[in-house]
Amino acid sequence: MSTAPLLQTVDLTKSFPIRRGFFGQKLLRLVAVDRVNLSVYPGETLGLVGESGCGKSTLGLTIMRLYESTSGTVLFQGQDLGTVEGDKLRKARREMQMIFQDPFASLDPRMRVHEILREPMDIHGIGTPAEREAEARRLLDVVGLPSDAAQRFPNEFSGGQQQRIGIARALALRPKLLICDEPVSALDVSVQAQILNLLRDLQEQFNLTYIFIAHNIAVTGFMSRRIGVMYLGRLVEIGPSKAIVTEPLHPYTQALIAAVPKPDPKLEKVKRTLTGDVPSPIARPSGCPFHPRCPRAQEVCATEEPAIREIKPGHLAACHFA
Amino acid sequence: MKAHTPELLQVCDLQTQFHLAEGIVYAVNGVSYTVHEGEVLGVVGESGCGKSVTALSIMRLIQGPIGQIVAGQVLLHDQGRTTDLLTLSLQEMEGVRGNKISMIFQDPMTSLNPVLTIGYQLAEPLKRHRGMSDTQATQEAIDLLDRVGIPEPEVRVKNYPHQFSGGMRQRAMVAMAMACRPRLLIADEPTTALDVTIQAQILDLIRELRTQIGTAVIMITHDLGVVAEMADQVAVMYAGLIVENGSVLQIFDTPRHPYTQSLMSSIPRLGNWPRRLRTIEGAPPDLHSPITGCPFAERCEHHVPRCDTTFPALGRLSEDHLCACWRALEGELA
Amino acid sequence: MGRYILQRILAFVIILYIVATLTFFLMHAIPGGPWDALALQDKAKWIPEGIVAQLNERYGLDKPLWEQYVSFLSGAIRFDFGYSFYNATRTVVELYKELFPYSVHLGLLTMAFSTVVGVGFGILAAIKQGTWVDNLSTVLALFSMVVPAFVFAVLLQYVVGVRLGWLPTGGWNGPKYWILPVVANSMGPIGILQRYTRSSMVEVMRANYVRTARAKGMRERTVMLVHVFKNALTPVITVGGPMAANMMTGSLFVEGMFRVPGIGMYSLTAIGNRDYPMIMANTLVFSTIITLAYLGTDLVYALIDPRVSYSKGK
Repeated sequence: MSTAPLLQTVDLTKSFPIRRGFFGQKLLRLVAVDRVNLSVYPGETLGLVGESGCGKSTLGLTIMRLYESTSGTVLFQGQDLGTVEGDKLRKARREMQMIFQDPFASLDPRMRVHEILREPMDIHGIGTPAEREAEARRLLDVVGLPSDAAQRFPNEFSGGQQQRIGIARALALRPKLLICDEPVSALDVSVQAQILNLLRDLQEQFNLTYIFIAHNIAVTGFMSRRIGVMYLGRLVEIGPSKAIVTEPLHPYTQALIAAVPKPDPKLEKVKRTLTGDVPSPIARPSGCPFHPRCPRAQEVCATEEPAIREIKPGHLAACHFA
Repeated sequence: MKAHTPELLQVCDLQTQFHLAEGIVYAVNGVSYTVHEGEVLGVVGESGCGKSVTALSIMRLIQGPIGQIVAGQVLLHDQGRTTDLLTLSLQEMEGVRGNKISMIFQDPMTSLNPVLTIGYQLAEPLKRHRGMSDTQATQEAIDLLDRVGIPEPEVRVKNYPHQFSGGMRQRAMVAMAMACRPRLLIADEPTTALDVTIQAQILDLIRELRTQIGTAVIMITHDLGVVAEMADQVAVMYAGLIVENGSVLQIFDTPRHPYTQSLMSSIPRLGNWPRRLRTIEGAPPDLHSPITGCPFAERCEHHVPRCDTTFPALGRLSEDHLCACWRALEGELA
Repeated sequence: MGRYILQRILAFVIILYIVATLTFFLMHAIPGGPWDALALQDKAKWIPEGIVAQLNERYGLDKPLWEQYVSFLSGAIRFDFGYSFYNATRTVVELYKELFPYSVHLGLLTMAFSTVVGVGFGILAAIKQGTWVDNLSTVLALFSMVVPAFVFAVLLQYVVGVRLGWLPTGGWNGPKYWILPVVANSMGPIGILQRYTRSSMVEVMRANYVRTARAKGMRERTVMLVHVFKNALTPVITVGGPMAANMMTGSLFVEGMFRVPGIGMYSLTAIGNRDYPMIMANTLVFSTIITLAYLGTDLVYALIDPRVSYSKGK
């Protein structure tokens, strides 16, 4: 890649303190995001997949500084987001927006749609009130909602339409980067397809960059050029979507891909070997976080944590044996 | 054509409605399907299509006076006798549930009683249907937990649901459902709320138990991948009706109903990603009025005026393959 | 859990101290003194100034307020509140020892009766949701919550005691005497418990795990009693705990009307009479009982609901 990344995280870490013990004296740390290094290039979609507790949503929130990082840096357009405050931070925030999993929960049920869409512009003082209203109508059109939607309340819409409103709101400030946190998981299959197509179209139309966070790998692969796989807060593999799905390098990714039920009845029913539960981020294993469940684990895996390294061009994995 | 085992459960023209203050919701509008012994029937559809309500109607778990099963039969062929479950008294039905027919649900966290131990909840059907004593039932519960792959079952049997992970809870639910070796297991979206790797474990488990015990399964899901993996026979539902019913190969290779076809092409596959997904415009009907014409008509690319007035009855395309689109039946669609 | 209980006890001590202090100073801030009350009742008992001065000296009321406060505290810690001003021959502690047990007795009986009846009708209404049984129970519950206890008291006394002559209208000499006061005192709590139990049961009945229990073929009776009831208890306990505390601290009207020799009357009159020691003792007793009731309900939650844990970090 010759262009500079739009967003870069350097050893980004987010942990939470937890109290344990009879008198609450023991202090443990829940490491949700562990030294993640990512680069997202302008115009691309980077997908992030993983199961519950892997930290992908926390990563998204930490990038947006909705959580303060515990250590590490987030560089947006070369600027360290951790060091800006006040007005400067607000300005930086205009360029990064987020859409969420539960469309209904992320819309204020007591605000009309046009107020929801205007709010970001009101907060940042963009344009005159009349211009903001006009922009709100335009946004409705952009996301494929009828103009009479402006006067209605969120609960009058279906899940798919509510998500469109969420997307319109995210676009109000003309951001460069959109972090999509499980945007279609709560929607029906046929509606999912509509929203995914919409996101694709909007990306082309407005030259947006996406970080697409989801647990459904097929959906993520459709949207993203590259996919990163997370496990217990670590980025264990990252590479082109096709490669991740057809030739995964990390044993966890391999297990993940094997576990996804494929809509082809003629495929051999492979017995999946990954046993045990998705572990808790409080009691993280030593060395490689995946070693207790890994079919290829050796002694070194329990003692030495593998660094993520390039195995094939553009395709990195954090495994001693990849 | 694969020969079927004997018929186990036949749902015939089932109709279920909900009488709300705002009006009637026609949730199930004449559903018929058959499950054969030991077979897995996948029932696929999106939310609101009636697949769960049909299952709850089979189990007679529809709560009146709002919910009413207004027509149809549910015939259970068991040990040479045929009974219409809809005609049984409540007590007789209670004897069938958990015993001949079991059901597991989508969300394992809320489907288990938080203030009772796992062991207690597992022992309940054993004491109720198989007359076991407390000690016998607890011992059997430990065995069941072991069979569904829960480590240290003697310890775990005294745990409460919140001490189990999501995957373990669903395993416990499966154990509970299989405790009395039912003839039929109804699994209502059992893996939707679980992580992918855990989902795979649960599906493997259900398949294994089904082979061991010979239980037939109705697998209700919206995930076509799950259907492809698990089902022998597939019924596709839309707006409270069956729109297509065939073997899993037929449904995936040669779907004939326009809705099934659209559904197949609107899901992203692993590795095979088109530029844009095929979508179905519009939204499913809201089920507040009785079905007259085809409920899919307004979203269908093969829509002609006759579709709005003809009730979509299931017709036979070939021996095993049924379809509710008159145009497909008359060979008008390619 | 240990840390939790220690925290609660510590908080309790602090609260008690603050309550005592606030009450003490508020009490003294109210215009008028203990001797005026007596006089106001009966002009002939107007106490001459010289005697007032002597009385004040005797009870230490002439000392600066801070000194009085300190001596009150040092006495309170040793459970010595001094002599009641109103009832000059008895110490407050003596009075309590004599009268408080009756209030507690009435309170316990009320609690038992109202729990059985209130919760029972609540369960019944929930099971028979939407039928006439439910509607009737709801109406009766509303009625009992709205009509004051003393109206019930009079009604019961008149109808049952006088007209029908079945039960005595006052006193506390044996089980026959307990019935009417307990019933009158229970009316409000019955209504409240019925409403809470019913709504909690109805909500729990919609839970997924109840559907699972039915799907296992459990009998409807078992579903209700084993699966629904235990889960429905929490809100009932939330409301019942403080209610029990209130019952213990003496129910003024019922005690007065049925001539139950409890402490209730003294709580009411102490303030009017500026009976400072009595007021202080009452306040501290009430605070203690209510605090213990809250702590008790919290501990009961932990008993019935295994998810409730007071060790931090779960």
